[in-house]
Amino acid sequence: MASQLDRETVLKVARLGRLKLADHEVDDYLNKLGQILTYVEQLNEVDTEDVEPMAHAVELQNVFREDVVRPSLPRDLALSNAPKTDGQFFLVPQIIDAGG
Amino acid sequence: MSIPGLTVSELLGKLATGELKSVELTQACLDQISAHDASVRAFLSVDAEASLAQARSVDQRRAAGETLGLLAGVPVAIKDVICQKGTVTTCASRMLEKFVAPYDAHVIERLRAADAVLLGKTNMDEFAMGSSTENSAYQITRNPWDLERTPGGSSGGSAAAVSALMAPLSLGSDTGGSIRQPAGLCGVVGMKPTYGRVSRFGLIAYASSLDQIGPFARDVQGAALLLEAIAGHDGRDSTSVPHDVPNYSQTVDHPLEGLKIGYAKEHFAPGLDPEVERSVKDALNIYKKLGATIQEISLPHQKYAVAVYYLVAPSEASSNLARYDGVHYGHRAAQFDSMVDMYSASRGEGFGSEVKRRIMLGTYALSAGYYDAYYLKALKVRRLIRNDFDEAFGEVDIIATPVNPTPAFKIGELVNDPLAMYLSDIYTISANLAGIPGISVPAGFSSGGLPLGLQLLGAPFAEGKLLRAARMFERETDWHTRIPPNMVVTK
Repeated sequence: MASQLDRETVLKVARLGRLKLADHEVDDYLNKLGQILTYVEQLNEVDTEDVEPMAHAVELQNVFREDVVRPSLPRDLALSNAPKTDGQFFLVPQIIDAGG
Repeated sequence: MSIPGLTVSELLGKLATGELKSVELTQACLDQISAHDASVRAFLSVDAEASLAQARSVDQRRAAGETLGLLAGVPVAIKDVICQKGTVTTCASRMLEKFVAPYDAHVIERLRAADAVLLGKTNMDEFAMGSSTENSAYQITRNPWDLERTPGGSSGGSAAAVSALMAPLSLGSDTGGSIRQPAGLCGVVGMKPTYGRVSRFGLIAYASSLDQIGPFARDVQGAALLLEAIAGHDGRDSTSVPHDVPNYSQTVDHPLEGLKIGYAKEHFAPGLDPEVERSVKDALNIYKKLGATIQEISLPHQKYAVAVYYLVAPSEASSNLARYDGVHYGHRAAQFDSMVDMYSASRGEGFGSEVKRRIMLGTYALSAGYYDAYYLKALKVRRLIRNDFDEAFGEVDIIATPVNPTPAFKIGELVNDPLAMYLSDIYTISANLAGIPGISVPAGFSSGGLPLGLQLLGAPFAEGKLLRAARMFERETDWHTRIPPNMVVTK
């Protein structure tokens, strides 16, 4: 494990996580994430050869239900918390260049 | 004893005979909130009219001779991470400042079916990430026993509301100790059920393989009643388990014969406050006098629990919180120059610093080149932690541990040191990783007058046994009857 975090890595992770960070936040994360990563490296001491990873506490498999039509959230309610709508759809900024 | 000081069973008794009306009880809670919440700051929102209307309706239906639900007329405060249709559900985040829940969580449906009164939404650490309720975007909740100290977190508002007699019951959520830890610091009962016992439908997700909703009350019977009301299978949460729900409230008073209690030497390591250690040992002595067998067990991987948690939970969080994109709901930045920039700017502005820190940590742990070293390694050690418990529960019924390494710490004391804050959950986190149930019960006071808690852990779905064991201890002590001296009931 590499716990040495550099500024470039922090910025890359912020891009992957879609987080715009202020400069002081980048400094803070550089320092504190590094400390946390150093702490979690103690897991390297543990022999996990042949240990099956545990993704979940209740290891249910393939929970099926009947495929029946049921009422879903009405459109007006589904749109009611959206920052921008036209009453029918969620509106986002233009992503295709109109001139292209 | 004034109305807000009564236990849930006492309240239910008086409501049933007509000696007390739900409207009076609800008003008494609202009065207590008016008197003390300006200093405690447990609630983010209270809709007095709506609560009184529910109470009035229960009173009328009772007067008409209708059969009522398990919690008829009893007010319950709700952590603001749980969707209650038509109310603002913020998760204590700017991101969801204007989010009005479009549907009820399963537990809210259950509470309505039980004829409970929904009293208001309580403060928490933003998106349930924190151990002190200082990460709320709106306000800092204070410990009713000492207003300069934290109530713990993340369900600090729900714990403080019950401790300060503002609500007889409340709901919290527990991902790494967020019910049990504040219950311990506020001197109330708090329980995290087995993973899958309670539906997570309508619970705003933090770390889905760990999150579980559970009750706060001032006594074990109250916790049993509230758990009974909310537990059970729900097809909308495919991890909720289709097991029958026992009548916990009917059996909680039956002492367990031949009870075997284990304590792990790993739980009494350096870092544990001597008064906390003393209170757990005193509790073991009480069980011994009650005829229980006390035996030392070993949980060799316990010391890795915090490290495993701070890889697993942020990894799940980084994925869960990807839904906040400024499109479907939540904050959208006013200024941006592209679609991707809109996501990043909205998230950068809407999330607080601890939430961003955990998204960063999780994104890093899951990113190419690090997945095996961090996330997968953590999942393997998680298995070993679960195996330790499985082995221990082959020998004992219950494991007794401290809840917190120290009594309530001061507001501001740990907030700039994330790692030290994370370590305050050292005794509670492993139950979430293993998926087992745990309960925190009042077990004494520090020399400074702060509550100390005892944690009892049980095997999966042993909630009934856990509640009965907790009640055996409660019956021998009077810690749970103490109320914070400053939280005087004025009316």
